[in-house]
Amino acid sequence: MTKDEEKEIDQSKMTISEEVVIKVEQMNKWFGHFHVLRDINLTVNKGERIVICGPSGSGKSTLIRCINRLEEHQKGIIEVNGVELNDDVKKIDKIRSEVGMVFQSFNLFPHLSALENCSLAPIWVRKMPKKEADDLAMKYLEIVKIPEQALKYPGQLSGGQQQRVAIARALCMEPKIMLFDEPTSALDPEMIKEVLDTMIDLAQGGMTMLVVTHEMGFARKVANRVIFMDEGQIVEQNNPNDFFSNPQSDRTKLFLSQILDH
Amino acid sequence: MRNNNYKFVQKEVISQQPPPLSQAGFTGWLWKNLFSSMTNFSSISAAFQSIIMFILTIVLLYFCGGQLYGLIDFAIISAVWSDPEVLKRGSCTTVDQGGSLPSGWSGACWPFIFAKKKLLIYGRYPGEELWRVNLVYLTLFLGIGYTLFEGAKGRQWTGLAMLTIFPLFALILLTGANFNISWTTLLMLFGLSILFIFLGELARKNLFGKIISELVSLFYICGVTLFLIFFAGLLLSIDYGLSYVETSDWGGLLVTLVVAITGIVASLPLGIILALGRRSSMPIARTISTVFIEFWRGIPLITVLFASSVLLPLFLPDGVDFNKLLRALIGVMLFSAAYMAEVVRGGLQAMPRGQFEGASAMGLSYFQSMRLIILPQALTHVIPGIVNTFIGLFKDTTLVLIIGLFDLLGQAQSTIADAYWSSPAQAPTAYLAVAIMFFVFCFGMSRYSMFMERKLSRGHK
Amino acid sequence: MSKSYSNAIDLIYNKRFRSIFFQITLLISVILFFLWVANNANNNLTARGDSFGFGFLSNTAGFQILPTLGTWVVDYDVGKSTYFDVYLIGIINTFIIAITGIIATTILGFSIGIFRLSNNIIIKGFATIYIEAFRNIPLLLHLFFWYFAVLRILPGKREKVSLLGESFGINITGFYGPRPIFNEGWEFVVLGVLISIILVIMFSRYAKRIHQQTGYKYPTFWISSGIIILIPCLICLIYSLLYSLPIEIQFPEFKTDGPKLKRGYAQGVGMMMPPEMLALWLALVLYTASFIAEIVRAGILAIHKGQTEASYAVGLGRGETLRLIVIPQALRIIIPPLTSQYLNLTKNSSLAVAIAYPELVSIFAGTALNQVGQEIEIIFMMAMVYLTFSLLTSLFMNWFNSRIKLVER
Repeated sequence: MTKDEEKEIDQSKMTISEEVVIKVEQMNKWFGHFHVLRDINLTVNKGERIVICGPSGSGKSTLIRCINRLEEHQKGIIEVNGVELNDDVKKIDKIRSEVGMVFQSFNLFPHLSALENCSLAPIWVRKMPKKEADDLAMKYLEIVKIPEQALKYPGQLSGGQQQRVAIARALCMEPKIMLFDEPTSALDPEMIKEVLDTMIDLAQGGMTMLVVTHEMGFARKVANRVIFMDEGQIVEQNNPNDFFSNPQSDRTKLFLSQILDH
Repeated sequence: MRNNNYKFVQKEVISQQPPPLSQAGFTGWLWKNLFSSMTNFSSISAAFQSIIMFILTIVLLYFCGGQLYGLIDFAIISAVWSDPEVLKRGSCTTVDQGGSLPSGWSGACWPFIFAKKKLLIYGRYPGEELWRVNLVYLTLFLGIGYTLFEGAKGRQWTGLAMLTIFPLFALILLTGANFNISWTTLLMLFGLSILFIFLGELARKNLFGKIISELVSLFYICGVTLFLIFFAGLLLSIDYGLSYVETSDWGGLLVTLVVAITGIVASLPLGIILALGRRSSMPIARTISTVFIEFWRGIPLITVLFASSVLLPLFLPDGVDFNKLLRALIGVMLFSAAYMAEVVRGGLQAMPRGQFEGASAMGLSYFQSMRLIILPQALTHVIPGIVNTFIGLFKDTTLVLIIGLFDLLGQAQSTIADAYWSSPAQAPTAYLAVAIMFFVFCFGMSRYSMFMERKLSRGHK
Repeated sequence: MSKSYSNAIDLIYNKRFRSIFFQITLLISVILFFLWVANNANNNLTARGDSFGFGFLSNTAGFQILPTLGTWVVDYDVGKSTYFDVYLIGIINTFIIAITGIIATTILGFSIGIFRLSNNIIIKGFATIYIEAFRNIPLLLHLFFWYFAVLRILPGKREKVSLLGESFGINITGFYGPRPIFNEGWEFVVLGVLISIILVIMFSRYAKRIHQQTGYKYPTFWISSGIIILIPCLICLIYSLLYSLPIEIQFPEFKTDGPKLKRGYAQGVGMMMPPEMLALWLALVLYTASFIAEIVRAGILAIHKGQTEASYAVGLGRGETLRLIVIPQALRIIIPPLTSQYLNLTKNSSLAVAIAYPELVSIFAGTALNQVGQEIEIIFMMAMVYLTFSLLTSLFMNWFNSRIKLVER
């Protein structure tokens, strides 16, 4: 395996504070009769980079989608930045503007250019003037390293480029927390690296991140905590080193043997 | 300070629990599907919306419920179902109107429909010959059923037979055949078909050089088509001992089915040719196809029926005359060919490019690749579209009553004039009966078409 | 080398030759066919004693036509107006049904389509029942239902059912409503409408500029509506204070006393819609709306769920998501089949011939053709009208599609 230029991870800004940004207590969710999330307890501090992994159907995507209310939970409490998530529309909108999300299928708006995709929310939610919003969008497009694609439409961009625009779009709302739902699963192998590099840059900047992914290399490099979920429950949590070298539960061992061996 | 107490290992497996009562089961369903839209008061606009939804729900329940109840009452509860004393109109009118029912009654008069059912299904077809129509109906039903039945062996062949042999069979049975087709015409057709097939054989053996050998398929197609026409003509001129039934005696469901099915079956080959023509790279073929398609799609069917009824005798040489039904059929066929062409064209466009390339890479000629690779696949894609066109055509057959043909609706209308059954319920019952028949037919076909669409798209994932 | 060269020549020569040969044959056959048809027509016409020509258009038409917008515009007079006038009346009446029908059916169809997507089971159920019931019944049956079944049970000539006080009324002679009368000074009101439209356009441009520059959003919709309603009213008011009412509303008059023959709705007062037109209009609007509802539903459903999720995730509310993300994309999918439904409605207005509403087919290809013969010319003229509609719609569709196409590699 050729070694790409392995960047040195700049740990200087990656500090974890005492402030709790996400608190999930005894959270349960059902899809109809199917008990998809069971007694989830989770506390996330500011600055943490958490990787959530597990077999498909384990509920990991559902978990992070509950955090920005794309899914509703039926039992238990979810608190984001001190605001409890329930049916109150105002609270939901507020939380959503502070939590950014990147999807597996990018979900860029095809009828808007990359720049417009990014500036849309600042204009309509933060009521920013267009010029300011465009400058903000350009700033983040530069951070994800594709400023030259600003006027292109999603249909004209490659998968990796689209996902980076999606990341910029989420960042334009200057969120406190970023959620990633299998961001590289829909990408061709040669484009995975560019997206992961962007996420690493983000982590180095001190962003609080919850990442659902199978990219264990990323976990090892950047995460401070790895969570393994199976059948709707959190089975094991540990720091990356101990998690990969010394998994405790049998289910964790089974899962790791399956994904690390191919 | 690092938060270290997240290290965690789950010892036991938490099993599935049932969801809270308010979320699942009947209450949950009721909540999700009814009340959630009406109880969101978290913001002004949400509250506003909730109130509007509530008012709308009540209004619709009242209005729709009322109409539906009225309909059920008219059609079933208060309806008269039998006429044991053969009172005819007496059984369906109130005492004040000269009948036998109590004042204030209002409902459907089903004995009227039962009495007219022969008229509605066969028209004025002679009673002793009804077995012929029934045989045609039976064959149609069985043939279509078998072709559509999943897993039936050899159903492509039944399908093909239904498209080619059945129309001839139906025509012979329904009219009685014994047409006056001159022997010279038949011999000429026979001779020409043999000639073309012979040319095809020669061309295939490369006896005329490269230029002519490209026309092999063309010769074969001409030859086979002419032979089929000859054969059909031959069959039609035989005297089977069946009495001749004029098409003006056909009526009701018979006419509706004849017009709709002939329309679709006859327009399919023409539609395919037009679709191929429109996609062709030859400018003249493309122009002619496009003009034809856009012309027939741009004018209403009524105009077409009027035109074919009134103009066709003018455009044909003196002495050649078609009966009214045939004129209408020709108009319908040309009209639906244009729509069919668009449906087929859509199917061809949906074909991945690779199929065309793969076929030509294998060395197949245009006609061969069309016949063996492209069209079978494209046609499967377009079956839902064809069914939808058929449903539309089936409904449009009612228009023939405007030019004096008695389809199901036209025949039903004519029954309303029967004074023996005259009552306020007469017209509504007749129209209701026709509406139910059309609804059952069209709804069933559209469900089938949706089922096919889902099946086909699943096969591609 | 030379062998492959000659083979190459063979192939090119062959393929192109084949194509040209085929096309020429096709063209010649088509031309021959048309010549044969024309020859037959000519023979048949001369045998009948008729001739081909459009001269009949200047002959006077001697039949009554139901008073409708068309007769009013052309000022139809039995015995004075020509067949060409009849043609124009047909076109106008077709047009009026088409335009008003299209507007109504769009509103109804969109509403029902959106109802079908609701999560309220009553509303969704209503929409589903409506769509399935109306779609699967032939249009002609709808027409007969409204004309024979419903309109026939309306009260007779000397009674009525009134709505909204006395301003609207309906009985067997028709549907009556208020009519605007244009008096002195009506031009000023029209000018006022034009001015307010210009103001609205200017304002929305201004509001958009302000939004881009400062982020502040004017409630453009409400302000524009206000302008369009208030300014003409203001002008009306001012003018009437100075002189007299420039535009009057004339309500229908219903005489309840006097000689029996003269009772009932006074003719010429207020606006009248004959029952034939009402039946045709209702049948067309309700039937087409069921198809439009399905188109709208399919269009909105076709928008991938991820789009709304991404929009919510970035903080946009439901209204904004709908307006900025879902509807622009859904419209791309909805508009092509929507315009073909509009075309269908226009073509389906020809069903009026079944209930004798005087649109193009019933008076021109119906009555006029029966009186004059000249089938070829009449049917040709009629087909031209519909073909023009279709062509204009196709052109619009093509232009629209090329404008809004999603930009792709």
